[in-house]
Amino acid sequence: MAVAVQKNQQNQGSDAEQGKSLNLSQYLTFILGKEEYGVDILRVQEIRSWEPVSRIPNVPHYEKGVINLRGAIVPIIDLRDRFSLGHADYTPITAVIVLQTKSQGKTRVMGVVVDTVSEVVDVDKSEIQASPDFGAKVSTEYIAGLCANNDRMIMLLDVDKLLSLDDGGESDDGR
Amino acid sequence: MSIDLAQFHQVFFEESFEGLDAMETGLLDLDTGDVESEEINTIFRAAHSIKGGAGTFGFMEVSNFTHVMETLLDEMRDGRRQVTQPTVDVLLDSVDFLREMLTAIQDDEEIDKERMAQCQDALNQELNGDVSSAADATTEQTEIETTQKTDQPKGWQIVFCPHESLMQSGNDPVRILRELEMLGDLTVEVDYQGLPSLYDMDPEACYLSWDLRLEGDVSREDIDDIFAWVEDDCDMAIRPIGEQAPAVENIIADDVVHNDAPDLQLVRDNIQSASAPQAPAENTKPAKKESASSKEKKANTGSSSIRVDTDKIDTLINMVGELVITQSMLSLLGDNFEVDKVDQLKTGLVQLERHTRELQESVMNIRMLPISFVFSRFPRLVHDLSSKLGKQIELKLSGEHTEVDKTVIELLSDPLVHLVRNSLDHGVEMPDVRVAAGKPAMGTVHLNAFHRGGNIVIEISDDGKGLDAEMLRGKAIEKGLIDETTNLTEKQCFELIFMAGFSTAAELSDISGRGVGMDVVRRNIQSLGGSIEIRSELGKGSTIAIHLPLTLAILDGQSIAVGDETYIVPLVSIIESVNLTPDMINRVIGKGETFRLREEYLPIVRMHEIFGIGSAKATSLTEGLVVVVEGQGNRCGLFVDDLLGQQQVVIKSLEANYRRAEGVSGATILGDGSVALILDIPGLLRLSNQHQPGMVVNN
Repeated sequence: MAVAVQKNQQNQGSDAEQGKSLNLSQYLTFILGKEEYGVDILRVQEIRSWEPVSRIPNVPHYEKGVINLRGAIVPIIDLRDRFSLGHADYTPITAVIVLQTKSQGKTRVMGVVVDTVSEVVDVDKSEIQASPDFGAKVSTEYIAGLCANNDRMIMLLDVDKLLSLDDGGESDDGR
Repeated sequence: MSIDLAQFHQVFFEESFEGLDAMETGLLDLDTGDVESEEINTIFRAAHSIKGGAGTFGFMEVSNFTHVMETLLDEMRDGRRQVTQPTVDVLLDSVDFLREMLTAIQDDEEIDKERMAQCQDALNQELNGDVSSAADATTEQTEIETTQKTDQPKGWQIVFCPHESLMQSGNDPVRILRELEMLGDLTVEVDYQGLPSLYDMDPEACYLSWDLRLEGDVSREDIDDIFAWVEDDCDMAIRPIGEQAPAVENIIADDVVHNDAPDLQLVRDNIQSASAPQAPAENTKPAKKESASSKEKKANTGSSSIRVDTDKIDTLINMVGELVITQSMLSLLGDNFEVDKVDQLKTGLVQLERHTRELQESVMNIRMLPISFVFSRFPRLVHDLSSKLGKQIELKLSGEHTEVDKTVIELLSDPLVHLVRNSLDHGVEMPDVRVAAGKPAMGTVHLNAFHRGGNIVIEISDDGKGLDAEMLRGKAIEKGLIDETTNLTEKQCFELIFMAGFSTAAELSDISGRGVGMDVVRRNIQSLGGSIEIRSELGKGSTIAIHLPLTLAILDGQSIAVGDETYIVPLVSIIESVNLTPDMINRVIGKGETFRLREEYLPIVRMHEIFGIGSAKATSLTEGLVVVVEGQGNRCGLFVDDLLGQQQVVIKSLEANYRRAEGVSGATILGDGSVALILDIPGLLRLSNQHQPGMVVNN
């Protein structure tokens, strides 16, 4: 009896997987230099324009500082600096995407500086391809996958890994 | 008329726990042998209101149990019973159990029936064992009651003679009669013989008494419930119908109620103890330990509400009134504003500022509780532990009225318990050792709280053996915590006890000695923004001082400018600010910069260097200002560009969305909406110490 039920569930499971191929999830894409990245749109709280930050002393250079976001102190991280893509000057179209991350059951809010926000794309989950392994040459730990959109490659970022400052941040801090 | 009583449960629990604390304190004071009737009265009243409350809310186990305690206490109060140590111990244990019961009810858990039987047995042994005459009297009545129990009576004859003061305690006899009527068929006969002439009558006094006949299938508990609140303020007798109803005069002579009521209790106890295995007296000991752990559990959950002095609320309301007036004045001014009214506007704004500040202070004040909330549990702890350890220890408390923020209080209690335990266990020696060392056999542990600057300081000192710096160092080397070549000052040796995995106790006990704890204590204190320091003299005793900020939300700050950046220095850590002249500046080994302030050489910490601020305007020491700051006993001069102004700042956590940054205790939002970091002076000093060698390597 129990076996039969289990089989049933398995069947349902594979049915669901087939159904999922039609499931689309939405990503907000943005430009860094010549590359296009995407983050899960459900993690995006808001998009702001760049504003001066208050610097925090003795932290990695890509942690730009903190801003006052309606009474909350929110850190701002420059993704160009984070990915070592060369620094760009902040212009009026420089955007800050405010993201929500979850770590250890706590929700944090952080802002990332990007060149410009591009568009919202629907990505078919089955078409997301795992990031190729470049060995130690290129760190891909915070890339959740790659996908194509009109012949452009979009790198989908894992927000939680990207912004987990406690481990990544402090080890980079070593002088 | 049905009121949802559940909404009052929380209040009842809080009051009961307070009552239990009062009982405990009272019992411990009795302990010292100094028997004052006022003390017993306090304990009795606390037990009584718990009983009453429990009855009202239908927690019958609690109310029945308390009733037995109350009987015992009543005998003590009337001087019919000597206050002896065993009695007090039994009562203390019962207080513990009551607390467990209430916690269980609060958490919707089952009450430990076995433990209840044990406690009741112990109480009954006290009740019956010592006073043989009372025991005789009760057994006699027990028989009568037993028959009642098996053979439910058709009704009750109640003689109810309120004292004149009954109505002053907020009770209304008519309400009681009305409630009785709901239980069954009530016949009321009033006795108005006590009624004075109209001329002499006090309208607030109760002169009447009643002879009530309640017919129907009514349990004795239900009747007791109704009278629970007035028991103290009346004479009464309750007899099943069919028995000889005694005349009112006799009852008054008898002072029945407190002797009468427990009989039923006794019956039940006898039944229970017959069915349950007889619990030997020793069994109470492990149970006691259990209670200690449950007590801690309670402390952790903490109460979510807060009791506030009415005075504080009145001040608050006044303040809000003022604020509203100022606001309407300003809005009137704004409606048709002309340039010549600028002065008026300014006065208005000044008022607004003052009111906001006052309002803020009084709101903060509401959160302030006296430290006695934490201290009050220590007499019991010391009492229990010292007898367990076989030591003679006197606990001194001072500064209990020092007020601290509620959050701080809640988080402080566990570390304090730990420190006091340590003092008892490791600090104070056994009596014979003390006498041999030329000290009185009675050791002293002193808990002291006081304000210093913007901090509250809590000191735990003992006159025990003190810390042995060499021994600590040896131990740390043995445990591999430090290197043999490490040179440590005496103070640094003391600090070793805060390292994880460090314990000096030769053998483990269940009190302390596991080597976890002191590091946790320090972490807890530091997470509150405080610090902890040890002073000790070998053979004379040690003192552990905890420094804590008064409140965690707002601080008085001094804004300083370094380049384009603004930082806030807590005003309490600033001693003064000076302009340096070249002749004040000295160098140690060509590198370390110091300056002479009166008789002292202080190191200079250059803000722009340790925070890497490129835009700093002042790079030569004579160009900027030096702010003399103090943190954890160390002083230094903070070199900055300029002082901006003093203001109160709201502390915002950096960690909520970010993480801790060294040298920074938090952030705040300035008037223009930008974020300024609040400096953590001790952290800054640490940072500057690390910074110097680092710089050399980079160069």
